[in-house]
Amino acid sequence: MSSKVIAQQSWPSSRIGGGLLAAGRGLALAGLMLAGVGLWVALAFAVTFVVLGIGLFLIPGILLAVRRLADRVRRLAGEWTGVDVGIPYLRRPGDEGPDGSGWRRLGWLLTDRATWRDLLWLTVDSTIGGVIALIPASLLLWGLFGIVMPAVWKPITDAGGSNWYAMIHVTSPLTAWLSVPLGVVFVLLGLWTGRWLITAYFRWARLLLAPTPKAELALRVRHLTKSRSELVDTRAAEVHRIERDLHDGAQARLVAMGMTLGAAERVLDDNPAAARALLIEARNSSARALAELRDLVRGIHPPVLADRGLADAIRALAMDSPMKIHLVADLTGRPEAPVESAAYFAVSELLANAAKHAHARGIWIDMRHERGLLRIDVTDDGHGGADASRGSGLSGIERRLGAFDGILALSSPPGGPTVVRMELPCELSSPKTSSY
Amino acid sequence: MRVVIAEDLFLLRDGLIRLLEAYGFEIAAAVDNGPDLLRAVIERRPDVALVDVRLPPSFTDEGLRAALQARREVPGLPVLVLSQYVEQLYARELLADGSGAVGYLLKDRVFDSDQFVDAMKRVAAGGTAMDPEVIARLLERNTPDRALARLSPRERQVLELVAEGRSNTAIAQHLVVTERAIAKHTSTIFTKLDLQPSDDDNRRVLAVLAYLGR
Repeated sequence: MSSKVIAQQSWPSSRIGGGLLAAGRGLALAGLMLAGVGLWVALAFAVTFVVLGIGLFLIPGILLAVRRLADRVRRLAGEWTGVDVGIPYLRRPGDEGPDGSGWRRLGWLLTDRATWRDLLWLTVDSTIGGVIALIPASLLLWGLFGIVMPAVWKPITDAGGSNWYAMIHVTSPLTAWLSVPLGVVFVLLGLWTGRWLITAYFRWARLLLAPTPKAELALRVRHLTKSRSELVDTRAAEVHRIERDLHDGAQARLVAMGMTLGAAERVLDDNPAAARALLIEARNSSARALAELRDLVRGIHPPVLADRGLADAIRALAMDSPMKIHLVADLTGRPEAPVESAAYFAVSELLANAAKHAHARGIWIDMRHERGLLRIDVTDDGHGGADASRGSGLSGIERRLGAFDGILALSSPPGGPTVVRMELPCELSSPKTSSY
Repeated sequence: MRVVIAEDLFLLRDGLIRLLEAYGFEIAAAVDNGPDLLRAVIERRPDVALVDVRLPPSFTDEGLRAALQARREVPGLPVLVLSQYVEQLYARELLADGSGAVGYLLKDRVFDSDQFVDAMKRVAAGGTAMDPEVIARLLERNTPDRALARLSPRERQVLELVAEGRSNTAIAQHLVVTERAIAKHTSTIFTKLDLQPSDDDNRRVLAVLAYLGR
């Protein structure tokens, strides 16, 4: 939920290519708009038949289809023009839970303001939006018509068709040739304005499709509630695991040690050799208890992380790793301990994944802090194919980072390389002044 | 042999003092924080300093940093660092200046007082004492390096002991074989790993650690 594809604008660098692409995209948008009109009609139909009862069953499906359409436009806005349109729905598709069907579905659809704003968008889009989206293609086609006028004016006028091209009355070869430069002007205009118009279209759509400040707040509350309960769950599970480890490990060994010492005390006078053997056993037991406690502490909060901070902790991690790890760290201070810990365990998990699943041999880690964001890029040379929605490890990292409003972006094409970017908003505290 | 001890937990400090005194060491100073340690080694010039990694006032790696600083101010000062956990990063920092006379051991090693005192003496004499756990983790790394795989199990065992800082004599005693057999093993190991053979214990350790850590 907190992950997103790194936004990229995709316009060819050449003016002509960009213009043609804009015209094509405008046509595609007009196609979507046509689908919108279809949905609108279907909705009107369903509302009319509410009286008969069937309508009520149709409305939720149609409203969800409207959402899918609106979502597609939101996504295209980001992919085509870099205009960022947030998703305003209080519930997302797949998020419906037990309320996913029947009356309750209708209920939460109708009480979500975003539904009504979607419908408003659908209504206006078929007029204003459609016109804006169609302008680039229309200009190009109209321009082309002007350019080929010398070849086609005769058949058209002979057939009794209209013989006006803009303000030129085409009645002779001369006037037909005059429309050529005018056509060129239209084509150029279409090419020039296409990109701008498509962006304008999405800017317009954003007015109604993006969340209102109020909806944004509601979404924020929802996100916080969810991440908080996830955090509490994770913490509880963690504490439970620690309790169990202590109980079965160190605690049990200490009990055994006490018993062994007691036995040694009893036989001390009669059988010194047996007492010695028991004492050695007790000593070994205490060493094992210490080793278990050490491992436990490492899992809770690695000592190097506490001592030295993120960069050295990851350096220490690298020394224990079979992979070749290249670390570049540009941090002038230390983030707060919980953020630092989340970042550390995220990197640790990624290293384990890279070795285990991607069979990577080299890892490049880049850490820097810029404009209030701790950014960590982890790139490996493994065979890729990682999927955040399937790997429970990655979604665990996402949850961990999500608790601090951090995000994770993943690019892992089959064959590799896998690139993971993590961003955590945080401030760095100035480094501790050392007396040495 | 004069020792400066830096350990903040009273029970442990007291235990170490008693243990070392029982073995005939003289306690030159016993302190419980980093700055005091630095002052003590500069004033008392001990034969060896025994330092806990985690010390006040920062309760981080204060002891390690104080020890490193002490070695800069008193060049060649033998330092044995004790810790609840061992980190390769810290082991390397201690070994970094290449002058030896350093040790890095888990606190558990104190349990075996003979071995612990042996390590103290080795470090005081300019040798090295690395915790077996550091060595084990270095070997566990499974480097794509094939050379390690060419070692026989016995040679691997000897390599671990060399890396910990033991002399051929000590290794022979430990494995209950003759010193000549160990000398043969070490020269085979050094050939297989392409290391320069050396008589100097400290240089042997550095060579092995450099090999394992690359």
